[in-house]
Amino acid sequence: MSVLQYDFMQHALAAGLLVSIACGIVGTYVVVRRMVFISGGISHATFGGIGLAYFLGFNPIAGAMIFAIPAALATGMLSRQMHLSEDTGIGILWATGMALGVVFVGLSEGYAPDLFSYLFGNILTVKSSELLLMLVLDMVIIITVLAFYKEFAAISFDEEFSRAEGIPTGALNMVLLGLIALTIVMVIRVVGIVLVIALLSIPPAIARQYTHRLRTMMLLAAGVSALLATGGVALSYLMDLSSGATIILLGGVVLLLVMLERRGTRHRTTLRTDATASE
Amino acid sequence: MRTARKQPLDGHYEVVALRNVWVEQGDMPILEDISLTIKKGDFLGVIGPNGGGKSTLLKVILGLVEPVQGEVKVWGKPPEESAHLIGYVPQHSLFDPDFPITVEDVVLMGRLSRHRLLRRFSAEDRRKALDALDMVGITDLRNRPVGHLSGGEQQRTFIARALVRNPSLLLLDEALSSIDPATQTELYDLLSQLNKHITIVMVSHDLSAISTHVDKVACLNRRLYYHGSKEIPPEGIEATYGCPVQLLAHGIPHRVLRRHQ
Repeated sequence: MSVLQYDFMQHALAAGLLVSIACGIVGTYVVVRRMVFISGGISHATFGGIGLAYFLGFNPIAGAMIFAIPAALATGMLSRQMHLSEDTGIGILWATGMALGVVFVGLSEGYAPDLFSYLFGNILTVKSSELLLMLVLDMVIIITVLAFYKEFAAISFDEEFSRAEGIPTGALNMVLLGLIALTIVMVIRVVGIVLVIALLSIPPAIARQYTHRLRTMMLLAAGVSALLATGGVALSYLMDLSSGATIILLGGVVLLLVMLERRGTRHRTTLRTDATASE
Repeated sequence: MRTARKQPLDGHYEVVALRNVWVEQGDMPILEDISLTIKKGDFLGVIGPNGGGKSTLLKVILGLVEPVQGEVKVWGKPPEESAHLIGYVPQHSLFDPDFPITVEDVVLMGRLSRHRLLRRFSAEDRRKALDALDMVGITDLRNRPVGHLSGGEQQRTFIARALVRNPSLLLLDEALSSIDPATQTELYDLLSQLNKHITIVMVSHDLSAISTHVDKVACLNRRLYYHGSKEIPPEGIEATYGCPVQLLAHGIPHRVLRRHQ
């Protein structure tokens, strides 16, 4: 286990854990509110910011951050203002952001060496300053969700009823979208723009199979995500594979196993019920 | 005169007062020139065809829909300021059965309000949630995921969520439609009990179910036809549904039945 002595490996494992906290909490909202596609839209739109950062020569993660939050807020506005369905708005934003990024990167001088790592992630190059940023974002997410847990649950379950109760649903929805945007920026560093939605959706989807309580689902999802990140990093190191893609593929395999296990459990329950009924 | 001046908020005789209310969606009118007074202790049934604006009428009273014209007062105040006094049972179809939440947690959501942001649920909140569950008869289901319940049990849950606020006005949107008759009867009995203290407005497209239990009936099809009693003049129903409806009284006073087609 001498590989654990390397800074890059310690950073990778720490980044995996920090990102998992955000993925477990925020990903749970994304899954139960059916916002996976909107998250994909936000994620891809940030490529415009990454391209802009290359063009102007500043940190691409800062560029992603600058684009993520307006993109999150713009999807809702675009569909409302132009009387389009939300998925149309998301699709437009998704592709326009990507196009903007491609143009900016093309305009930038020279070759963009680590562009690939923003598209598909590279957890093995996370710097300590980025770990600090992830820690701060985790704190923001945890504090916000602790403060508004009841209200987030209420607006997620039944927005209109919450509005009738006098809860400021519009403002809280914006806050939640903001949290999703922050999480996406963190996750981009680990698995890349293209794979973000997988890390936001697979761990909560697995957790959902074992609980029907939101809080438990968040904790379970964070745990599953941490296991996937750690296991994925280990596998990618041992087999010399792309880290982001390995994490996601491991998630896909675990999800498949969970599905088979659940089917088996249900089957056994049915058999038992039949046996009881025939007695 | 003293009593008139001292009237407290929930002692206000006129619970809801709509004056010449118009609501539009895009350029289409949904409610036209609605004037309606609901008095304390009323049990008002609002019937009308689908798309006639019944849900919108409730949303106007809740302050969820802003009229383009007209005045809305709930206990003499704008609806937003009376939100904490209203219990609302929305139309059943709106919720996601896969949402991970237990019956008790759904009912607790009825305790939320603008003034309770950043506060945790108290022991009192939890006690009131249990009381409300007991009232609708589903205490034993409190830890079950709400998506696993039958339609009638879910409806009981949503009624409990409205009651846990200790409302002075209860608004029900098709709350007892499409559930089994036994549950329907039981819940109507509960509503009759509650009506001793609470003003109730119930909208439904189901004429026969509603009219035997309420004490006043209004017809709504963009315009409101209301005569302050349970008897509806035939021209009222015909204008509302746009088709002739036969009124029958099978020896039961004030019973209104729709002709079977």
